[in-house]
Amino acid sequence: MIPAAFDYVRASSLAQVIDLLHDDPDGTKLVAGGHTLLPALKLRLASPALLIDIGSLTELKGIEISETSIKIGALTTHTELLASELLSKELPVFSQAASLIADPQVRNRGTIGGSLANADPAADWPAVVVALQAEIEIAGTNGLRRVAAKDFFVDIFSTVLEPNEILASIHIPQPKAGMRFIYRKIRHPASGFAVVGIAVGVRLQQGVVADISIGVTGAASHAFAGQQAADFLTGRTLSRQNIDQAAKLLSETTECLSDRYASAEYRANLIRIETTRALLALSS
Amino acid sequence: MNDTTAIRHIGQPLRRREDIKLLAGRGRYVDDVRLPGMLHMAVLRSPHAHAEIRSVDLSAAKVAPGVRLVLSGKALDGKIGPIVPNWIIPGSKVPFRPVVATDRVRFVGECVALVVAETLAQAYDAIGLINVDYAVLPAVTDEEIAISDSGPQLHDNVPGNITTIYKVRGGDYQKAAREADQVIGLRVVNNRLIPTCMETRAIVASPEPDGTLTVYIGSQVPHMHRRWIAETVGIPEHQLRVVAPDIGGGFGAKMHLYPEDLLCPYLARELDAPVKWWESRSESHQSTSHGRAHTENIEIAFKNDGTILGLKVATLGNVGAYLSNMASGGPTVNTINFGTGTYKIDNYEAISRVVVTNTVPVDAYRGYGRPEGAYIAERAIDAVARHLKLDQVQVRRRNFVQPAEFPYRPYGSMGVMYDSGNYQGLLDKALAAFDYDGRRSECEALRSSGIYRGVGVAAYTHMCGMAPSRRLAVSGFDRGGWESARVSIDSSGRATIYSGSMSQGQGHITSLSQIAADVLQIPIENIDIVQGDTRQVQAGHGTFNSRSMAVGGSSVHVSSQRIVAKAKKIAAGMLEVDEEDISYSAGAFSVPGTDIAPVTFSTVARMAYVGHKLPDGIAPGLDETVFYDPTGMGSPSGIHLAYVEVDAETGIVDILDYVAVDDVGTLINPLLAAGQIHGGVAQGIAQALYEEVSYDPDNGQLLTGSLLDYAVPRAEHVPNIRSLFQETPSPTNPIGVKGIGESGSIAAPPCMVHAVLDALSPFGITHLDMPLTPPRIWAAVQKARTGASQ
Repeated sequence: MIPAAFDYVRASSLAQVIDLLHDDPDGTKLVAGGHTLLPALKLRLASPALLIDIGSLTELKGIEISETSIKIGALTTHTELLASELLSKELPVFSQAASLIADPQVRNRGTIGGSLANADPAADWPAVVVALQAEIEIAGTNGLRRVAAKDFFVDIFSTVLEPNEILASIHIPQPKAGMRFIYRKIRHPASGFAVVGIAVGVRLQQGVVADISIGVTGAASHAFAGQQAADFLTGRTLSRQNIDQAAKLLSETTECLSDRYASAEYRANLIRIETTRALLALSS
Repeated sequence: MNDTTAIRHIGQPLRRREDIKLLAGRGRYVDDVRLPGMLHMAVLRSPHAHAEIRSVDLSAAKVAPGVRLVLSGKALDGKIGPIVPNWIIPGSKVPFRPVVATDRVRFVGECVALVVAETLAQAYDAIGLINVDYAVLPAVTDEEIAISDSGPQLHDNVPGNITTIYKVRGGDYQKAAREADQVIGLRVVNNRLIPTCMETRAIVASPEPDGTLTVYIGSQVPHMHRRWIAETVGIPEHQLRVVAPDIGGGFGAKMHLYPEDLLCPYLARELDAPVKWWESRSESHQSTSHGRAHTENIEIAFKNDGTILGLKVATLGNVGAYLSNMASGGPTVNTINFGTGTYKIDNYEAISRVVVTNTVPVDAYRGYGRPEGAYIAERAIDAVARHLKLDQVQVRRRNFVQPAEFPYRPYGSMGVMYDSGNYQGLLDKALAAFDYDGRRSECEALRSSGIYRGVGVAAYTHMCGMAPSRRLAVSGFDRGGWESARVSIDSSGRATIYSGSMSQGQGHITSLSQIAADVLQIPIENIDIVQGDTRQVQAGHGTFNSRSMAVGGSSVHVSSQRIVAKAKKIAAGMLEVDEEDISYSAGAFSVPGTDIAPVTFSTVARMAYVGHKLPDGIAPGLDETVFYDPTGMGSPSGIHLAYVEVDAETGIVDILDYVAVDDVGTLINPLLAAGQIHGGVAQGIAQALYEEVSYDPDNGQLLTGSLLDYAVPRAEHVPNIRSLFQETPSPTNPIGVKGIGESGSIAAPPCMVHAVLDALSPFGITHLDMPLTPPRIWAAVQKARTGASQ
């Protein structure tokens, strides 16, 4: 269909975006890849008065790697994350997870910042950034602030972002040597989104779990960290028994979504199975 | 006589002649039609499944910018419509269907009002300004509830919501059931589908300066659309030109008469300007016909050795809110006539009820009724094998119709006759290609280690190219069974063929050229095919029911023969010999055994047009038109085999192998034939594993309103398909071809279901309804596990 009429500004600086957001936070929408917003506009489910195209803001683009951290600009596309050799060397999970997102056309347009800010409960990046213990950098009238990824997501399509703020970048602490990450996902056959997606990072020291983090998406109203299961495994070996117990714990402590396609029971089962399979893959 | 010089194209895997244009983005679709002064129509659709329309307030929309016309149903009442079906099974009660709803809406998506504006954006803006006051009524979406006492009534003239009752009977089922060792029953659901085309529906109607009207429409049946639009809008048929340009898929959905097909022509004449409408994807889901939507109750009587004695079927066909174009024929003639499949079941008793509900109208979708019929036969015979713990292949082999029994009338039917076939041959070829025994043992060996693999088998046969014309009257089908072709040779000897068939991606330009080239004995490059313009093509019925090669191809074949016959007469005059002495091959008329110099086809063509030396009684020109009405219908058949692995922990099905062996008679082009099988199997796998239209049973809201919810298969969902063929030529037409388009979508659903059930057999699971989604499979496994542990 055809969107309702709206004003359009192609932003030339982050400062300009923040000014415009300040003027009419509720009537303004930011567009980057547009893969969620444009269909909503066409169906007239969203009718903003002003659309700010942030696509040309170079300050929100690119991947920077330092000794201590990795910074990913909000406008970095899924394809860029898939193809970045530099990033793959540090954190191959980006390439691996990006390859599971939708299809090449979507990956060429869609951005990691858009995915996180939109907070679709079934999006892939939220689980990954939670497992990476990333911080989300947010720009607003009062400057920049950072929020831990596990605290960023609040509810279905809802984050700690205020209407006058913009997600600027993602900061990931350089993982300790030996830390390995994996993202596993069961795709919805129509949307390609995660029915359940599990991101796990593990560092083993003499066969014992020294560090572990778990991010879960698709299962509940928003992505979250599987803290209890991680705590349980810390200091333990990745024996089959321990893995099963941790997976069961994560599954049983999650309040799962139920919809026409998949019941809460099925999602709880997928959490258990996919967590088990992810940990088994990381145990060898 | 073996003529080594003869041109032979039939049987050659030629690449599609039309692809260069389509692949280079130079195809021309309805949406590419942009005319000066063209206006745009948008439609306001009902948000309710069932409601009274109390009032429609158009005032704000009428004064919106760019708006030229706003109408509700009342303003059109008596001017155009009603929409009447083209196939009405005798005895059917036909609901009144206005073009635009007047006082009541009966499904979410029904047209309530429309806007014509200067731009599409203005039309959509104005649609948002229309206010409709509805009084919501109870809605029913399920066919079983619709016919129960609690089902709300949709139409005053359709008591109990049943439009049609159709029965088929052969032998004595009750007697067979008494004599059987066992009788088992099963209830299967044939899931409702959306026939998803890459190109949604679109239409442009344009008044011409001479008072005629041109309608551009993505139509599988351009001449039928001309007749229907003419009759329903009130335009003399000869003043209406229907042009179907390139089409991005049809699958049955583009062969019906929709409200927009009538609104654009009417409004174009009212406003004296071209009017365009195109359908968005979400609009398509709630306004273009759906497919399938059956519930079948089956009873099968058999002996302990697996011999089937009798079959009893009760079908409920959910056809949505009104009887769409062919809707009363699908669940009836097209389904239960074919309920015995490839098996010799003499005692058969079937009844079909056609049921209206508050849902999108249901009509033809690739196979129309035959997938449902094959699903009945196949699920039944597989259930017998499973029940008796006999090999699924052996039980089929035991019950197959034998090669010597063709032509075969199942259960003594007057309406069904399978012209030819060799099911045993198909089966042998399929088993060998598939390594059936090897896979069976592999399944057994892996089960102990918790790997659940299964083999699925399905056989099918059906009938293609509904004909002959006189027989269609009996079933209430208001059209003929013929197809027309005009072969027009120009003065250089090149051919333009005007065919009443209508390609929607099948590759007719290539396949019809191959047929003509073999008869005309001229290079394929010298043949052009014209379809899809009622001002150029003399007449036709179009493309559906896998009829285009058997009927459309035969009409090209016969008219090409007439060209050669006439050319031979002209050549005889030129060579001053008897016509009988002339031999024609590779574009040359020669007189074997003499030193008379041959005369070429192009020279004869030239002579036909200059007319200088024509034999007495031969008129100038080389141009022949044929209306070919077949004497019977061809019956393709096939065996499909699938090998799957089911992850019992997630319910995910991995298709490891798929082998299709099909007998579609003479293969005109093996490459196109394999393509047809691939496409059909992909859609059949999708029905079995992924696709399902869902309605909210409480309020009739369509829950699969977009491709975010409705799972159309993608490359990752479809395995490599190994397509093999067996050629048993059909005796019903001069080419020996049977029809292929629907084969894959008929065979694949039962084949896939059987494979998954076979994989799940260690859990004791004997039945699942499509689509076999991972959550559904997992739930069944869980239930079986819980049951076993209790």
